[in-house]
Amino acid sequence: MTTLEFRNVSKKYRIRGSRELLALDDVSFTLESGRTIALVGQSGSGKSTIAKIITRLESATTGSVLLDGEPIPSRGRALRAYRQQVRMVFQDPFASLNPYHTIRHHLERPLRLHHVVAPGEVDAEVLRLLDRVRLSADLVERRPHELSGGQRQRVAIARALASRPGLLIADEPVSMLDVSIRLGVLNLLAELQRESNLGVLYITHDLATARHFSDEIMVLNSGVVVERGPSDDVILNPQHAYTRQLRDASPNPDVLFSTPKGGSRS
Amino acid sequence: MFDEELLTLHDFSVTYEVEPPVHAVRNVSLALRRGEILGLAGESGCGKTTLAYGIQRLLKPPAVITSGRTVFHDESGVDIDINTLDVAALRAFRWDKASMVFQGAMNSLNPVLSIGEQLGDVFTAHRPGMSRRDRTAECGDLLDLVKVGRERLRSYPHELSGGMRQRVMIAMALALRPQLMIMDEPTTALDVLVQREILDEISQLRERFGFSVIFITHDLPLLLEISDRIAVMLEGRIVELDSPENIYRNPQHHYTRRLLESFPSLTGDRGGFLRDGEPAGAR
Amino acid sequence: MRFFTRRAAFYLFTAWAAITINFFLPRMLKGDPITAYLARNQGKVSPEAIDSLRVLFGLDNPKPVWQQYFDYWGLLLRGDLGVSLSKGLAPVSDVIAGALPWTLGLVGVATIISFIIGTAVGTIIGWRRGSRAEAIVPIATFLSTVPYFWLGLIVISVFSTTLHWFPASHAYGKGVVPSFSPEFIGDVLYHSALPAFTIVLTSLGGWILGMRNMMVTVLDEDYVTVAQAKGLSPFRVMYGYAARNAVLPQLSSFALSLGFIVGGTLIMEMIFSYPGLGLRLFEATLAKDYPLMQGMFLVITLSVLVANILADVVYAIMDPRSRQEATS
Repeated sequence: MTTLEFRNVSKKYRIRGSRELLALDDVSFTLESGRTIALVGQSGSGKSTIAKIITRLESATTGSVLLDGEPIPSRGRALRAYRQQVRMVFQDPFASLNPYHTIRHHLERPLRLHHVVAPGEVDAEVLRLLDRVRLSADLVERRPHELSGGQRQRVAIARALASRPGLLIADEPVSMLDVSIRLGVLNLLAELQRESNLGVLYITHDLATARHFSDEIMVLNSGVVVERGPSDDVILNPQHAYTRQLRDASPNPDVLFSTPKGGSRS
Repeated sequence: MFDEELLTLHDFSVTYEVEPPVHAVRNVSLALRRGEILGLAGESGCGKTTLAYGIQRLLKPPAVITSGRTVFHDESGVDIDINTLDVAALRAFRWDKASMVFQGAMNSLNPVLSIGEQLGDVFTAHRPGMSRRDRTAECGDLLDLVKVGRERLRSYPHELSGGMRQRVMIAMALALRPQLMIMDEPTTALDVLVQREILDEISQLRERFGFSVIFITHDLPLLLEISDRIAVMLEGRIVELDSPENIYRNPQHHYTRRLLESFPSLTGDRGGFLRDGEPAGAR
Repeated sequence: MRFFTRRAAFYLFTAWAAITINFFLPRMLKGDPITAYLARNQGKVSPEAIDSLRVLFGLDNPKPVWQQYFDYWGLLLRGDLGVSLSKGLAPVSDVIAGALPWTLGLVGVATIISFIIGTAVGTIIGWRRGSRAEAIVPIATFLSTVPYFWLGLIVISVFSTTLHWFPASHAYGKGVVPSFSPEFIGDVLYHSALPAFTIVLTSLGGWILGMRNMMVTVLDEDYVTVAQAKGLSPFRVMYGYAARNAVLPQLSSFALSLGFIVGGTLIMEMIFSYPGLGLRLFEATLAKDYPLMQGMFLVITLSVLVANILADVVYAIMDPRSRQEATS
């Protein structure tokens, strides 16, 4: 059981001189194995700041971020262990893979870095990873530009899972993919989450996928968590005005055409 | 309002002459009615943007229009065959009869000219007789109309937010009161709240001025809400063309169905989503 | 406004740093050419001259360093850069002032002409991609790779020696007295024709190529497509939308090249015997005239600084984005 906890985290940015920007205001949540939390926010809400703090590109101004009760380390072996436990999938499948290296290289690196398997078994593990994300083994020698966006994102997911982490941070993992393959990638993530009992933080602006993909939703507005709760509750019965605004602004053909629930649409 | 035809596309094709040639648009025939909002749905590579550019002859080499007629039925009664217009006539036609709202307004505005100058350019080119004062007044009116505010006339694009820039693009497209506005993913990069505002504004403006809209996007639920008809494009062809309700309730083509399924319902069922490992409908 | 004050502060700091380094450099040199010179020319150097040389070069100076530094600033602010050892003890500032206008005038004007022509030609070539005008590019590039002295000699040989159209050397005719009269100015222009011509020829290629490449890049931008979709005249699109954006990096290069004017045209001045700074610096080096060299280095450094300031200002005027501080 791995737990990542944000405890009263605030983040202030200083902008050229005296202006301050409060990107996060007293944000608290706990991400634990086996559960998926969606972090829903529009641009400027602070969701990318949270991702940056988790990956240690930024640090909290006040409050603490704890992995299994300990503050996240800043260097050395402890940091390496942190990075093995907490992995990230990024938004842009075209930018997150190094165009110079083969897929094999991308998947080998975390395996070797974290000594996941014995050196002799690395090749087999690479193929096993590809299989888990439903990619064929012959992609191993290809380079990223030879793959489609959806395939690249699957490689990114495989790479994240290579170190056998406890927690996965998915930052808008499908928003840059073609519409008809988004669901496939999200379903894959859901499956992998179940298989490995991962804790997943799904960062997105899209309410609909947030609802169906996660157990719990947190709604972020200008750095403040305005509402949180079980997904269905938050979407179907929002308490906060902002959540209601978001829900009403999203296109919703079901309401428009008033389909009875449980209708056969697939 | 929907009786007359505004734009007739007949057997329209565009090919990118590279090796091997790419048939981006294949034999598309379409009749757009006056005052209608036609949604054009599809994913990247389906040809929707190529089609939009092709209608206005904005394509650059190696894209070539290989067949078809594009006829614009002007409100004055004259039929204009867009393909046969010469350079000067085409320039006069553009923006005056049909204008375009481009996607990614981040880069669609000239970074070194002020908003007022870019709006003013339209009038300088198409209404040369206008005095400077009238031009400035008209540009100010346009900005007020789209709720950006005339005080932004002297601002530069980088000083505006994404939503405001998109509104400026709409104002610019509306400047000459065209009969057709082609909108290519106008709200894609925007927040859902801003998107809703802009969609409402587009509807209101359409009510007020009566222009037709071709609304291009991959966001099918959005189109289901605002379109009068929806055309689904796949690999250069229109595979389905029907009213939103029919497409929602009774999609004919398998691709249309697939596209619909890709959008899990916000307040209804999970559709194709397998969070608990159960396929949809297994309850 | 805040933007400008920050930049001004930055430049003031740089100027101060350059001057201070200039102060310390001779004091770090081993050996002492000044003392050797003074020893040789004992009676000929006035006490004031010796004093200022002392301050400038730190020789034999009993005063503490910070005091010398203070005196140094005093000298500089009075415009006293010492005396030139090779120019008959004339004040360095006079020697430089005598040569500077010729350099700035000829080379400065030639560079500006080259920039304007090159940018305009590059704009048109970039706009009409793939047309026959593109042939200009290899020709101009070839010209810029031709060794300058060779081109200069050819030009002299053709236009001066053979055709007798233009004079081959000097800034003005022998025996002509410098004044602000039209005849003198005419004479100066007449003499500057060939040198200016060669400078323009050799530097044109760079500007044309640079502008053309930027135009090609900018023409792919969305806002150019939008401009065309709006039905604007081709000239308006080319100028207001494409060139206005493409010229920005060119301006930076131009301002930087202005900085090089002051020190970098030695060969031209040698070939045409043009009395500019480059020639003076060369002579000073040969004669080990340290005061003159040091004075010229200071002038060159400061003029590069001024050129940079100009570049910043022009860029800020042309590109509204650079005036923005932080993104909000």
